[in-house]
Amino acid sequence: MSTAVLDGHAADDSSEHDHGPAKGWRRWLYATNHKDIGSMYLIFSLLMFFFGGSMALVIRTELFTPGLQFIDPAFFNQMTTMHALIMVFGAVMPAFVGLANWMIPLMIGAPDMALPRMNNWSFWILPVAFTILASTLFMPGGAPASGWTMYPPLVLQTGDAFPFLIFSVHLMGISSIMGAINVIVTIINMRAPDMSLLKMPMFVWTWLITAYLLLAVMPVLAGGVTMLLTDQFFGTSFFLAAGGGDPVMFQHIFWFFGHPEVYIMILPAFGVVSEIIPTFSRKPLFGHDSMVYAASSIAFLSFIVWAHHMFTTGMPLTGQMFFMFSTLLIAVPTGVKVFNWMATMWKGSMTFETPMLFSLGFLFLFTIGGFSGLMLAIVPADIQYHDSYFVVAHFHYVLVPGSIFGLMAAVYYWIPKWTGYFYNERLGQIHFWLSTIFVNVTFFPMHFLGLAGMPRRIPDYSTQFADFNSIASIGAIGFGFSQLLFVYIVFQCVRKKGAVATQEVWDNPQGLEWTVPSPAPYHTFDTPPKVTAETAFS
Amino acid sequence: MSNKKPESVSTNALTARLLLFAAGMFVFGVFVLPPVYDVFCEVTGLGGKTKGQAAENVVAVADESRELSLEFVTTVNQYAPWEFRPAVEKMTIHPGGLYEAMFVAQNLTDQFRVAQAVPSVAPAQAASYFKKLDCFCFSAQEFLPGEVKEMPVRFIVDSDLPDFIDTITLSYTFFDTGGTTDDAAMPENMDHGADSAHGTR
Repeated sequence: MSTAVLDGHAADDSSEHDHGPAKGWRRWLYATNHKDIGSMYLIFSLLMFFFGGSMALVIRTELFTPGLQFIDPAFFNQMTTMHALIMVFGAVMPAFVGLANWMIPLMIGAPDMALPRMNNWSFWILPVAFTILASTLFMPGGAPASGWTMYPPLVLQTGDAFPFLIFSVHLMGISSIMGAINVIVTIINMRAPDMSLLKMPMFVWTWLITAYLLLAVMPVLAGGVTMLLTDQFFGTSFFLAAGGGDPVMFQHIFWFFGHPEVYIMILPAFGVVSEIIPTFSRKPLFGHDSMVYAASSIAFLSFIVWAHHMFTTGMPLTGQMFFMFSTLLIAVPTGVKVFNWMATMWKGSMTFETPMLFSLGFLFLFTIGGFSGLMLAIVPADIQYHDSYFVVAHFHYVLVPGSIFGLMAAVYYWIPKWTGYFYNERLGQIHFWLSTIFVNVTFFPMHFLGLAGMPRRIPDYSTQFADFNSIASIGAIGFGFSQLLFVYIVFQCVRKKGAVATQEVWDNPQGLEWTVPSPAPYHTFDTPPKVTAETAFS
Repeated sequence: MSNKKPESVSTNALTARLLLFAAGMFVFGVFVLPPVYDVFCEVTGLGGKTKGQAAENVVAVADESRELSLEFVTTVNQYAPWEFRPAVEKMTIHPGGLYEAMFVAQNLTDQFRVAQAVPSVAPAQAASYFKKLDCFCFSAQEFLPGEVKEMPVRFIVDSDLPDFIDTITLSYTFFDTGGTTDDAAMPENMDHGADSAHGTR
């Protein structure tokens, strides 16, 4: 079956002289092919997912029972800090960039990304950045331990690791900015002739918006950490009260970056489920254009809500009211998206393959995280919840069954297109159920812990919190080891074990990526494809 | 989203534009946000900062009908070798009246040292009504080895102070700025360079 498809493809492109990839390590180090770079991004982020995840397990092991068992508090703080930095900048963001590399050219009918050499750079900077960051674990004074938010003056007490932390954040920022520019230029300039902006699939749309967010806020983060660096080494006083500076200003700068950052991590996941739910409901996406406007509104609002992270720093009532109401307003476009996904499924002829299961898990559990976010947005409530485990529960609900489930769904959905082979459906579903059960066992008790008053970033706790902490630790260990199953399933596909995938892969899915053979050939769309009602929104 | 006629822009021009935008955001973060933040805080009085210089054109006319409780808080930053406390911890004042409060500091080392006190007023809304005519916090203070100093702050709390405020806390944090007065110069921006790198540690 697949040979027939391949033959058909060869006939289409008979004029092309396809050299294929270079041999050996050169293929990867000098990679300019969007599929190779996409694969490298995805593999790198999977490695970082396990690296950061193992730190989470160190944290949860220490918190299994009250008292200090295994690690000292200083190392505990290093673990919470490094876990966050690695998961945010090393796992979630590169994974979505990997998906963008693989899928955006295939979805808009472009032969490759617009700036392939910059693409190579933006990937290869990442292993360097994370080698630098990981090396701080072995430095005098240990790894950064100030929390990923790097608030001064605490972060200035970091030992030798401090300049390495700043430099690695700079590198991650440069990589993200280059990736974002590449995505924007590709989408603006490389679309197939009839692919107008509003015909683009939602995944492309959400990535376009994400790329603009990245471009707007990563330089601000770079600026913020540069000021930390000059405060520490060059005698400036941006954040030092003694010299007339203000440490709270760093929080404003950080969260001006930080809040759009959380949408950078979730908008592409919105795009992914907007692709998957229509396919497995066998209906077109409900309200495509309203989804576009909703995502744009979320992106806009993300710039005017940052101080809801700072309600306890002391803020006048009008400020608190403004940031509270602007934050609550985000529920409106987010609600539009959630209801559109539900309307897409309404009276659809639904089936529940693994990508759909992960998308549905995303829909339910991300919404729980959204609701706890609304609770945190309410000023008087936030002053009680601030820096408690309730916050930990909230952002893990939007990041793990949100962003991570979105990524898992995307991998299951597109891996037959990438490798040409189906994953093992049975194992995929087992992976889904293990992940979903354990993610709730891990993070749901944290709501109760937070409401009962357990502070975050603390290696020891009062015995009243013991039971829920034990449950959360069991869940974390279960979730962590369940992900080994994911690795097994993915590598079975890569090793060409499993059912052979057709060109369409799924039952009549919409989009240009399903018009190329499975696995997608090294070069696709050398001549721009025809955009029809079958392959694009109209 | 933003480009209505995308085909009219070449890849290189678009890339250059986007790079310029990113660079602009960096400049915005480092060179625009901090000064804007300072001006914003000064205008609104948010952050509880009082003015770093003597107030002018203030006439002391005490409003005897109203009493305020004024509390003093002192902190020494990062276990620096200083003893620092208010002479009295609490006083009752009338808005509009001229008062003086004394603070006592001692250099606990056997070296010449310099310190800078940084004030803060709570509630923040009171900061702009707290007018200082003279304060030891206006400049760095030099101390001989083991020296004890009594340092005054003379102030008027403006009688326009909002009615809901009946207690004001004035806090000073004492920062050790090193051994010489050069280090005590307050670096405001990067122009001061690396020579005072350890001045603020």
